[in-house]
Amino acid sequence: MSHGYLSPTGLEIAFVLIGLVTLGSGLLVVTVKNLVHAALWLLVCMGSIAVEYLLLTAELLAWIQVLIYAGAIIVLFLFGLMLTRAPIGPTEELNVRHRWPALIVGLGAAGTLVTVIVQAYQHTWFDPRGAVPLGSGEALGTQLFKYWVLPFEVLSVLLLAALVGAIVLSRRGRDTEEAEA
Amino acid sequence: MHAVYPLVLGALLFAIGLYGVLARRNAIAVLMAIELLLNAVTLNLVSFSAILRDRYGMGQIFTLFIITIAAAETGLGLAIVLLVYRQRATADLGEQRALAEPVEPVTADELSPRNVEAEVAR
Amino acid sequence: MNLLALIASLLPALGAAVTAAGGRDLRHVKFWSTAPVGAALLLTLLVAIDHGSGGASVHTYSIGTAGAFHVEIGTRVTGLSAIIAVLVAGVAICVQVFSTTYLGGEPRYPSYAALISLFTAAMLTVVYSADLVVLLVGWEIMGACSYFLIGHYWEKPEARPASIKAFLMTKAGDVPFLFGIIALGVQAHSFQINAVLAATGQDRLHHPAWIAFLLLCGVLGKSAQFPLHSWLPDAMAGPTPISALIHAATMVAAGIYVVALLYPVFALCQAVLIVMAIIAAITMTGAALCAFAQTDIKKILAYSTVSQLAYMLGGLAVGGRSQAIYLLLVHGAFKALLFLAAGVVIHRVGSNELSAMGGLRYRMPVAYTTMTIGLLALAGIPPFSGFFGKEAVLGAAYNATGEFAAPGRIVLIFGLITAGLTAAYSLRLWLGVFHGPFPDAPHEHEATVEAPQPELIPLILLAVPAALLGIVVLFGSGFSNYLGGWYGEAGAAGADLWPGGLTTLLSLLFVLGFGGLVFLAWRRDEGADPARALLGPVRPALVNGFYFDRLIDAAVVRPTRAAARLVGFLDANVIDAYVRGSGTGARGLGTVLRRLQTGSVQFYLTCLFLGVVIMAAVYAYVGTVS
Repeated sequence: MSHGYLSPTGLEIAFVLIGLVTLGSGLLVVTVKNLVHAALWLLVCMGSIAVEYLLLTAELLAWIQVLIYAGAIIVLFLFGLMLTRAPIGPTEELNVRHRWPALIVGLGAAGTLVTVIVQAYQHTWFDPRGAVPLGSGEALGTQLFKYWVLPFEVLSVLLLAALVGAIVLSRRGRDTEEAEA
Repeated sequence: MHAVYPLVLGALLFAIGLYGVLARRNAIAVLMAIELLLNAVTLNLVSFSAILRDRYGMGQIFTLFIITIAAAETGLGLAIVLLVYRQRATADLGEQRALAEPVEPVTADELSPRNVEAEVAR
Repeated sequence: MNLLALIASLLPALGAAVTAAGGRDLRHVKFWSTAPVGAALLLTLLVAIDHGSGGASVHTYSIGTAGAFHVEIGTRVTGLSAIIAVLVAGVAICVQVFSTTYLGGEPRYPSYAALISLFTAAMLTVVYSADLVVLLVGWEIMGACSYFLIGHYWEKPEARPASIKAFLMTKAGDVPFLFGIIALGVQAHSFQINAVLAATGQDRLHHPAWIAFLLLCGVLGKSAQFPLHSWLPDAMAGPTPISALIHAATMVAAGIYVVALLYPVFALCQAVLIVMAIIAAITMTGAALCAFAQTDIKKILAYSTVSQLAYMLGGLAVGGRSQAIYLLLVHGAFKALLFLAAGVVIHRVGSNELSAMGGLRYRMPVAYTTMTIGLLALAGIPPFSGFFGKEAVLGAAYNATGEFAAPGRIVLIFGLITAGLTAAYSLRLWLGVFHGPFPDAPHEHEATVEAPQPELIPLILLAVPAALLGIVVLFGSGFSNYLGGWYGEAGAAGADLWPGGLTTLLSLLFVLGFGGLVFLAWRRDEGADPARALLGPVRPALVNGFYFDRLIDAAVVRPTRAAARLVGFLDANVIDAYVRGSGTGARGLGTVLRRLQTGSVQFYLTCLFLGVVIMAAVYAYVGTVS
């Protein structure tokens, strides 16, 4: 099987097209002037990444991405927007006054990373279909509970701590109550 | 599939996230950009998992962990933003200047040799 | 015997420490300042008797190895060092006893007594040391003690500059002296005196003349010879007993002692001997003239000391080693006596000035008698000790042959003139203090004003050797044999100290001539100063020591001050400008950089990531290229 840039497979074409959607929606997330729109574009971005996961044969991850990111986290953001009474309509206050340093850093990071990656992996091909068995729910569950039990448990403790922390932080303190009363 | 496609996609997404973190002023918008950063990383992990065919599923399982952690981070981050908003009535990062050094102008008199000597003597 | 010598040099140091430690109690101070020095005197006497004429006895303790040198410190006893040690300890005990009442009531007496004891220890160390480094240590401690003791009355405006002057002038000589000692030690491969002398004897020194000149500089400073002499007259600002101990009998004698100790080094080159002779000639005559013109009796004695030390140096320049040492011994006795007696007189009269004295003959009989003996010895009147000492040196100069012949001529001519001048100023001093009218009281026969006993006993004790040390010449060459040869060996053929015929006659003629002139001038007006009549217009120059201080002021002090002002100016206006500039620059930079601390987290983060990206890019580039 010969490889080449000029004879892309169907998988590659699909991947690149979805990738363009991802990048475009990502760019909109960080540039649009309406905060609610940004959250919604983030939803699109997450969804397209989930599709990319599918193309990379990470089946289980794709569904988790949709469930947790596209579902739970976006909803969290929308709640946050409501609670902080963020401006709903388009506003200029969303961005810092001077954006060119951020632009320089972003372009620099992109240039450096892309250059390095292209240099390192320009002759590497792989067949995603061969990796299908690794991404299934069964395979991932087996590995998780065979090799990664301890981090998994530690992570549960971390989640608990985050839960408690979030509650403590967002609970109205006694002094605040008194001040308001 | 050529390995460069998913990796370059991850790199560009990372750069966009970085720009977002630095360019956004609203705290919630910054948190969104951080999500983009995390997603860029997970995309890379999944790609490498597929490229390298690792038997232990390291890339995908770490992605799983990162998604979990990202969820926790977002929850905590929003809680902090709420707290800041409650205390200062704004979620604008540009207004948070408590770290700044108070600038008091140095007078020329303070730098004159006589005063420096007096300071040393003291 | 070497152990006794070691103990003798350590005892006064112990006494100094104990004296200084318990300074409150006067009895404690008096006991601990006198007893250890007295014990040291006994020990030095024992050492001198035990030694006999037995060459050099060396005993050293090995300390370790320092580079190429094996360090051994210890004692070296020869006839020379044994006899000088007796002189040192003897004068020191007299001075300490004298000081118990003379300075006993003063608030700083304890530190004074401790310094005298320390000084004695240092001088004994110099005398008994077996190697040149320890000798140098003692030499420098003496310099420091001298500085402190001259400045004892630091309230007096003339004492402070005098002490600094003494310190600087002796140090000016000590620096070359140090180099000389290093050169000697390096070339002899050992600092042991015996080894150095042996190397000299085998002609293993490369540039003996240069070494001798370097050493000579130290000697000139310590022994107050031209051109480093002017500190000694100024040093009279210190208490009188100090002058007796340090500036007459011991410290200034250290220079002469070192020349005698390392005599072969000096005798190797005739140029050195001629320079020594010229310096001695200039110093002895000039100082004697100055002594004749002075009105302060302590300064008279100080210039007389300079002159007599020049005599000794002259004796050494003509090969008269034992003669010079004999004069040193004799001079130590009578000059200490003179200073102590002068101290008694000054204390009772309340002034140093000759014009404030006169007619004290009946009021102070003991001081009169003893000082008369001392002055007779100084003037060189037979049969007092000074006569024999002076004659020995003049005889050596007259009989000098070979390489010593040329310096011999110089020393002989100027020695004879100085002998006459010495008699003249001695007579003037004697007449001025004890004869003639007393300025304040018309009656000579007033009640006697006598000093307390602890002051008189040392006077009487010192008067005995001052009068009788001439006995030594009866033994002919016995004294020289006792001293030992140049290299510290026993049984060398020693010089005969018996006065020679022609020189004795000539010097007596000079003494009588000059003395007669002074006496005639005095007879004309008993209240007036004979120096005024005799010297006429040159007197102011002599009173001011030939304006030598002004010369030094113009040649050394003023250029130094100007250089100091220049350095001060450079420091204040050039170097400080950089210092101030760096301060201002740092603050200015801080003010600029402080603007960067905006408090905006995103700004900080931008800077951080900018750095990270740059570093990553550079790292990737470097990695790709290599």
